[in-house]
Amino acid sequence: MFGKLTLAAIPYDQPIVMGAVGGALLLALIILGLITYYRQWPYLWREWLTSLDHKKIGIMYIILALIMLLRGFSDAILMRSQQALAVGASQGYLPPQHFDQIFGAHGTIMIVFMAMPFLTGLMNIIVPQQIGARDVAFPFLNAVSLWLSVAGALLVMVSLGVGEFSRTGWSGIAPLFETQYNPGTGVDYWMWAFQVAGIGSTLTGINFLVTILKLRAPGMTLMRMPLFVWTALTTNVLMILAFPPLTVAFALLALDRYLGMHFFTNALGGNMMMWNNLFWIWGHPEVYIVILPAFGIFSEVVATFSGKRLFGYESLVYATAAIMILSFTVWLHHFFTMGNSPGVNTFFGITTMMIAIPTGVKVYDWLFTMYRGRIRFTTPMYWTLGFLTTFVIGGMTGVLMALPPADYVVHNSLFLIAHFHNMLIPGAVFGYFAGYAYWFPKAVGFRLDETWGKRAFWCWFIGFYLAFAPLYILGFMGMPRRMEHYWNPAWQPYLIIAAAGTALILAGIVMQGIQLVVSIRHRHANRDLTGDPWDGRTLEWTTASPPAVYNFAVLPRVEDIDALTHMKATGRANTLPERFEDIPIPNNSAVGFFIGILAFLFGFAMVWYIWWLTMASALGILLLIIIRSVDDDTETVIPASEVQRMEAVRHRQARPALRPLPAGGTMS
Amino acid sequence: MKQAHTDSTTGADQGSLKSYGTGFILAIVLTVIPFALVMSGVVSRSVAIGGICAAGVVQIVVHLHYFLHLDTSSEERWNVMALLFTLLIMAIFVVGTLWVMVTLNSRMM
Amino acid sequence: MTAQALRHAVPLEVAENHHAVELQTFGFWIYLMSDLVLFATLFATFGVIGPNTAGGPTGKELFDLPYLFGETLFLLFSSGTYGMAVLALHDDKRGQVLLWLGITFLLGLGFVSMEINEFHGLIAAGHGPQRSGFLSAFFTLVGTHGAHVTSGLIWMAVMIGQVLTKGLTTPVRSRLMRLSMFWHFLDIVWIGVFSLVYLMGVV
Repeated sequence: MFGKLTLAAIPYDQPIVMGAVGGALLLALIILGLITYYRQWPYLWREWLTSLDHKKIGIMYIILALIMLLRGFSDAILMRSQQALAVGASQGYLPPQHFDQIFGAHGTIMIVFMAMPFLTGLMNIIVPQQIGARDVAFPFLNAVSLWLSVAGALLVMVSLGVGEFSRTGWSGIAPLFETQYNPGTGVDYWMWAFQVAGIGSTLTGINFLVTILKLRAPGMTLMRMPLFVWTALTTNVLMILAFPPLTVAFALLALDRYLGMHFFTNALGGNMMMWNNLFWIWGHPEVYIVILPAFGIFSEVVATFSGKRLFGYESLVYATAAIMILSFTVWLHHFFTMGNSPGVNTFFGITTMMIAIPTGVKVYDWLFTMYRGRIRFTTPMYWTLGFLTTFVIGGMTGVLMALPPADYVVHNSLFLIAHFHNMLIPGAVFGYFAGYAYWFPKAVGFRLDETWGKRAFWCWFIGFYLAFAPLYILGFMGMPRRMEHYWNPAWQPYLIIAAAGTALILAGIVMQGIQLVVSIRHRHANRDLTGDPWDGRTLEWTTASPPAVYNFAVLPRVEDIDALTHMKATGRANTLPERFEDIPIPNNSAVGFFIGILAFLFGFAMVWYIWWLTMASALGILLLIIIRSVDDDTETVIPASEVQRMEAVRHRQARPALRPLPAGGTMS
Repeated sequence: MKQAHTDSTTGADQGSLKSYGTGFILAIVLTVIPFALVMSGVVSRSVAIGGICAAGVVQIVVHLHYFLHLDTSSEERWNVMALLFTLLIMAIFVVGTLWVMVTLNSRMM
Repeated sequence: MTAQALRHAVPLEVAENHHAVELQTFGFWIYLMSDLVLFATLFATFGVIGPNTAGGPTGKELFDLPYLFGETLFLLFSSGTYGMAVLALHDDKRGQVLLWLGITFLLGLGFVSMEINEFHGLIAAGHGPQRSGFLSAFFTLVGTHGAHVTSGLIWMAVMIGQVLTKGLTTPVRSRLMRLSMFWHFLDIVWIGVFSLVYLMGVV
């Protein structure tokens, strides 16, 4: 009835795990209890869980990302503290079995359940607004993508308390992850969480590609799109083309584990190295999926807060496209040391070095945008400046490792770990935080507290250097990654500094929490009434904050790059339209939410070999898709008179707030 | 009421009995050829392989044009570009994988 | 925010519908592109571990080319008959649409049945996917194609139901055109399968 699942699956003998599980359950119960107490279930269901509004879906993605950031960062704290302690006679406090799950969970969570939802959430909220559209091309599919991501995240979270997580890393190790060596639930949890979320991402890629290519406002040619939309477009292409190999890789592994096939096994014709090949064919484009939207955000922020048009718009576009194409040609650099021929290694080494060039072009473009600009040092700008200074260092270490002989020395050492965190944190995470600070007023209706935002930045920025600079040194000293215990006492001081850096980052995260609380408390004072709190340059700042469900009462007409700046210059901004039209809006649908639940049950059932449940949930998903497909009544029309009324209300509220921005950018 | 032929699908010319018929006949012929080459055994192995590949490629183009209505018209522009780019990436993945893995295998022996 | 369920006059609906149809068609084409990459990955896998017969049988020993030719004709004819369904759709002939969809369904079912029969025979003879890397890759590549065809048959059955109950409305037409794209796409992938897996394996 329950497959392999018994009460013994709960790790009673591991106090740290039970403590974490207890804490998480308590928090969940408190939240659910509060919702019940304040009788908000109908509101939650109607306005959020069944919503097909891209703006709400985007907010839910970001909430997921922030929650998973806390979980993934907890893993980081555990690892750093363990490594600071566990030298020589001291074993630290985490046994190897536990430590191995932690580094696998950390990587999986941060990439798949923090970065992907964060960037997808920001794309969701902003891209349709920046192109002057009312929604994405496929609102229902959008909801399905969200709930599949949630399902995957839930699988990872559940693995903490029921069974265990994978001990073979976030990128898998063949043949160690085969049933012969790892028959438990760990690899299966990892596999299904990844696979379910991956399908959601593929669907998102398709959705946004069609949206950007087909739903732009009149006059918005491709070369007039904001840079965030360009990076979103290239990210979507990467999602569409790079995720299928990952889907295949995990499917083949599932066939090995469940049906005894021989794709990655050690015997009977399996090819273990093929796993690395397939995984990284996805894995390299994936890191560009993660970084390109951040580059887009930086472009927007730099232009807005320098008060200048982006320098070299065309070069930024071509650089983005070049990165997109080149990202498909470098994947072997993740396994130079697998022993390929000099010819193969050199080819991929050269392509890897080449891909640094367009990024360099972008850095110069951003710097030249700032040059002679009137810079406003807002929180988003802080994150951007932190990025510009720090990311380049990581880029250089990447070019260093692009040389196969150099990589042979530092592969899988802490030098590598420092390099990719140097890309991901100052690159992706700072970018998302900049986007979060920049677009928060648009999404929610009031501004975030600047003071706490800047304090948090400094903790993250200094904390990052403290946490990762020592790792570069340790890499050169020969320390490998993923070590739960070590014997060389010379390494320990550096690991202690790294742990201190982690503590500082923790302080930064706490301050971001405080920022949120303070901002909510002062939300009336910080309300964004005009929709344009930063004196922005692009179309999203013409909508209300938060926007009406339809975004634009009348679709804007675009005549230049920086559409809004052009409208402001020609007197077309902040005007009430003369004619209104009826606007169709997608109806709510519970189907996406239920598909998510069934996807979670499917994954859980596959992990625990509960075959009747796997079949029932798969069948359920099929039925839901069929039911949705025969539904022709999926839209409601808002009459023009209602639109007019809503716009009039908005403009009445905005009028007192329409005043020039003071220098320095801080509105409070 | 005759539905306009220019809406909804992948092409301006929604095809006619003639074009579907032509495509179908071509496809049959292009299927018979490689089977005959292999099953009859009258040609050398390398010629047969060449024939299989050539017939396959041509038949795929036949399907793309006669059944999926791909052509050089402006309505099909995005579809064709998407396909070409996808083919490029497929080539990189397949050729890249074969190059990487076959070289690795040869170094493992 | 208040929303009133006012059904507007026809022009707005038709205009919205046409645009929606264009989006759906293009979006589906893009999905097919992702599916192409999926199959390319499976072909690449087959290329890499195809030679790994682990002392077991090779394709040459196992493949039955006349049987394969029969299978191929089933699928190719079903592509043709779907084309006839589309022509009938353009002529608004509901009965003919149903007829051709039904024939296509039967031909597709014939293809899948032949494939299941082939797999069954191989497994019964001890040449199942667990035997070797080659067989794992063979069963998975061909089986994934077969799973896609089966999904198409399920979709086709649903569409037959929709044509019967709703008639040839715009959404129904749009779905039939997308199924058409899917069906022809699967025939294209099959060309790759019979050429690169079977014929190349035997030659």
